[in-house]
Amino acid sequence: MKKIAVVTSLSLLSLTWGGLALADDDYITLASTTSTENSGLFDAIIPQFTDKTDIDVRVVAVGTGQAFETARRGDADSLLVHDTAGEEQFVADGYATERLDVMYNDFVIVGPSDDPAGISNSDTVNEAFSSIAESESPFASRGDDSGTNRAELRLWEDAGVTPQGEWYRELGSGMGPTLNTAAGMHAYTLTDRATWVAFDNPQDLTLLFEGDDALFNQYGSLLLSAERHPHLKHDLAAQWHEWLVSEEGQQAIADYRLNGQQLFFPNAQ
Amino acid sequence: MNAPTSILAPIADLRLENVSFQHRGQSLLAPTSLTLSGCRRTIIMGPNGAGKSLLMRLAHGLLTPTSGRVRWQGSEPVQAMVFQRPVLLRRSALDNLTYVLAIHKVPRARRKAQAMLALDTFGLTALAHRPARVLSGGEQQRLALARAWLLNPAVLFLDEATSSLDPAAIKAVEDAVMTFHASGTRIVMTTHDLHQAKRLADDVVFLHNGQLLEHSPADTFFSAPCSSQGRAFIQGELIW
Amino acid sequence: MSSSDNAFLTALQLILHMDSDLFSIVTLSLQVSFVAVALAALAGLPLGAALALWRFPGRNGVIIVLNALMGLPPVVAGLCVYLLLSRAGPLGQLGLLFSPTAMVVAQFVLVLPIIASLTRQQVEALHDEYAEQLQSLGLSTTRMIPTLLWDARIGLVTVMLAGFGRASAEVGAVMIVGGNIDGVTRVMTTSIVLETSKGNLPLALGLGIILLALVTLINALAHLMGETAKRRLG
Repeated sequence: MKKIAVVTSLSLLSLTWGGLALADDDYITLASTTSTENSGLFDAIIPQFTDKTDIDVRVVAVGTGQAFETARRGDADSLLVHDTAGEEQFVADGYATERLDVMYNDFVIVGPSDDPAGISNSDTVNEAFSSIAESESPFASRGDDSGTNRAELRLWEDAGVTPQGEWYRELGSGMGPTLNTAAGMHAYTLTDRATWVAFDNPQDLTLLFEGDDALFNQYGSLLLSAERHPHLKHDLAAQWHEWLVSEEGQQAIADYRLNGQQLFFPNAQ
Repeated sequence: MNAPTSILAPIADLRLENVSFQHRGQSLLAPTSLTLSGCRRTIIMGPNGAGKSLLMRLAHGLLTPTSGRVRWQGSEPVQAMVFQRPVLLRRSALDNLTYVLAIHKVPRARRKAQAMLALDTFGLTALAHRPARVLSGGEQQRLALARAWLLNPAVLFLDEATSSLDPAAIKAVEDAVMTFHASGTRIVMTTHDLHQAKRLADDVVFLHNGQLLEHSPADTFFSAPCSSQGRAFIQGELIW
Repeated sequence: MSSSDNAFLTALQLILHMDSDLFSIVTLSLQVSFVAVALAALAGLPLGAALALWRFPGRNGVIIVLNALMGLPPVVAGLCVYLLLSRAGPLGQLGLLFSPTAMVVAQFVLVLPIIASLTRQQVEALHDEYAEQLQSLGLSTTRMIPTLLWDARIGLVTVMLAGFGRASAEVGAVMIVGGNIDGVTRVMTTSIVLETSKGNLPLALGLGIILLALVTLINALAHLMGETAKRRLG
């Protein structure tokens, strides 16, 4: 009886595992950001790419900092992030051979609807950030070295503010959790528009400031270095990289709508 | 059941030579010498805490003496032990028996028949497929005896094997002991039941306070014990 | 998804309209945790039993470490497995990162100490009762291991359930080593994190309710089996 039990569980085990291991090899692993994943963009465009090329794209959505690290360690075949300065450095460091503009969206400032800092009347994002700091209104920062976090820190610098004090809360969280927290603590926060539009739990949060050129949020695709990590699926990754900037890929991005809004604007040259 | 080999070849003598036992610095058995020989029924008696079970465990090899030696004169014979509370495995009565045969490398094809025979010998056939641990106390003890029987032991140790049983079950166990003995097995048994000792004993080992005071033929011990403690015990003055 | 704020309603809708995505997420969750627990049992049961029966120098140290590892934060386990399986790590050649296998490895690391440690306790208790009898029957210490494991089986089912509970409930480790890839490594818990980060709280909670229901169901089955066995086997 004992033997039967052992044999049964072993065969169950191998059967189960056989099922899991049955995966085709024609896929690439893409390290990207939570904003692109959470907004549903990938769900819309990857099937079109797969239809054409039979290559599946497996998205690991993390913060931009972690995405860079994933690629640096050779754990991703391709990289799509939004931190132009960091991306250029990544190329300069020899981890990637090419960086291409793919699309952009923009950052917006959301906050409590009563707008205690009065930023909705600001003309520039510098003014808005200064008002928040001066009124010491609560501000929730990602604090996770993501692309959005890096953009936010640049904006504070441009506004001549060193963000610190009771009012400035570094959360160390992704965009979604940061929005959840900001809603809970009636704080302002900087978010990419895509995540904001896709976000379902705004409570009292509302969009208060948008439209400054400084809030431009560029996404770039990187072709990783075959020299640095020869084991990666460079051929497949190159097809993805090229498809993103092709007419077809750009159209797919432009066509994506969430709640009737276009979230990403293709701008490959 | 195949004929016990013990009839054909004499059972080796068991010699305890100056065996003592201490636990956490406390002496539980003073240096003791004792020889158990032949196909006899030896009953170890004494009040509670005298060291009866300890002496038996040392003899059976479950415990290692602090000093002294336990030696078999010649090759060590097959032994079995039946405990006060039988430890049966969580499986059927039959499987408890085939388990022992498997341990002793009896070919698989022969196990079931041998086990059924043992069950039959101890009147347990009807209970073959019942889980062993839900049997009554008496049935469990008979199953433990059947298990010992399967080993075909030359020496059988019984430690207070009847002390938690009702009279009918006690009778069954005593009958089993007689069966073992009749087929040539040496019996070593502890009991605090004077009547049982009188019914079964060929000779008696009397312990008191961790000291062996007497080892004499049963007739001698029961009619004229040489120690005052032995006398008091027989007269019921030393409460076990 | 549903605009309803009622998580229970959402959970009910999810179950009633069980779509293929949800089905594959639930299946993968169960598969990964089941395989991880099975492998951990294969290693942990004998390990725990051996620890219960053998006395060797440093034994207490091993026991203390195992007990402490029962509380190993999943994120730490995940990070260690990540560094191990990453291309830049010692086992990078296998290319297992971001795969269900990596998740199994991470959960195995989490579950093994639980199974080994609790098995040791169960077997040690049973050994106290059985030792003399088994020794008298002529069993070596090694041969006692399967006997004690089999006789402790009712209690060991609970041990494995504890392991399964930990495996299926944790998110920190599988998130790091699996990457929460849609259709490949997305399981119940990582879905819950994802839906929470999208602000889709009813859906997240609905998924949580399904997870809880599944774990409850498995526990109930095991409990009933255990009770029946206990009554039957004594």
